[in-house]
Amino acid sequence: MIPLLVVIGAMVGAPLRYLTDRLVQSRHDTGFPWGTFTVNAVGSFILGLTLAATVSPEVLALVATGFCGTLTTYSTFGYETVQLAAGGSKLFALFNAAGSMLTGLGAAGLGIAIGSALHPVL
Amino acid sequence: MDHPLPPSGEDRVAAPRPHPPAPLSGQAGVYAVIAVGGALGALARWGVGLALPTHQGEFPLGTFLINVAGCLLIGMLIVLITEVRPAHPLVRPFAATGFLGGFTTFSTYATDAQYLLLHGHIGTAVGYLAATLAGAVAATWVGITVAKAISVRLVHR
Repeated sequence: MIPLLVVIGAMVGAPLRYLTDRLVQSRHDTGFPWGTFTVNAVGSFILGLTLAATVSPEVLALVATGFCGTLTTYSTFGYETVQLAAGGSKLFALFNAAGSMLTGLGAAGLGIAIGSALHPVL
Repeated sequence: MDHPLPPSGEDRVAAPRPHPPAPLSGQAGVYAVIAVGGALGALARWGVGLALPTHQGEFPLGTFLINVAGCLLIGMLIVLITEVRPAHPLVRPFAATGFLGGFTTFSTYATDAQYLLLHGHIGTAVGYLAATLAGAVAATWVGITVAKAISVRLVHR
């Protein structure tokens, strides 16, 4: 049951990451990877919210491990950061690395705070 | 991007566009292989989590290894399929966007680090944040460099 829930969450999260990336990247011309930045921040928020609000192994498998784990990505983030640096935008690479990390950390913290407040509800 | 015409530049001047790009049109196969690859990557990540569970206050070794390994592999993979041996158009969405994207995770990285901070394990949190970031960027670079070296050898053989 648990692996099946992980698969279901992932089968939503992965295409949604690609869709979000295409939508975001088609709306600016900067070459900065705002698409990956966005999914990583949003996914960190939802994961913080979920971990703080529930202890249900089923919900955690579906939403945390499956959906949030797959909606967000470190490999594409790493690749895009190296690509920015290799393309001469060392400052953008640094901004992407530090900015993604701090935004993800903040989003996770916000999610945990809201999730803790919602705890009795979920 | 699925623009009906090659980009000419006008659409950048005359905003807004007559119709937004259709992110779903003609992409069913791409979305399908991304979903399957993502599911396999998530299962692999779940398996590593079972083998290397992280207890509260500890350095999240399993997620660290997943993210660094995933970065090494994406660097190698993209060079191999773009410079060494052109692959089927669905290989990159399946293996890079799907599998490696789903195997690695940013949300667990950020949330585990935030929990370490909240529980007062400041040193572990900062070490984890920095080690993953540095390890991931270095691993990506190593992956790209190694794959390029292999491709040069193959070409000059």
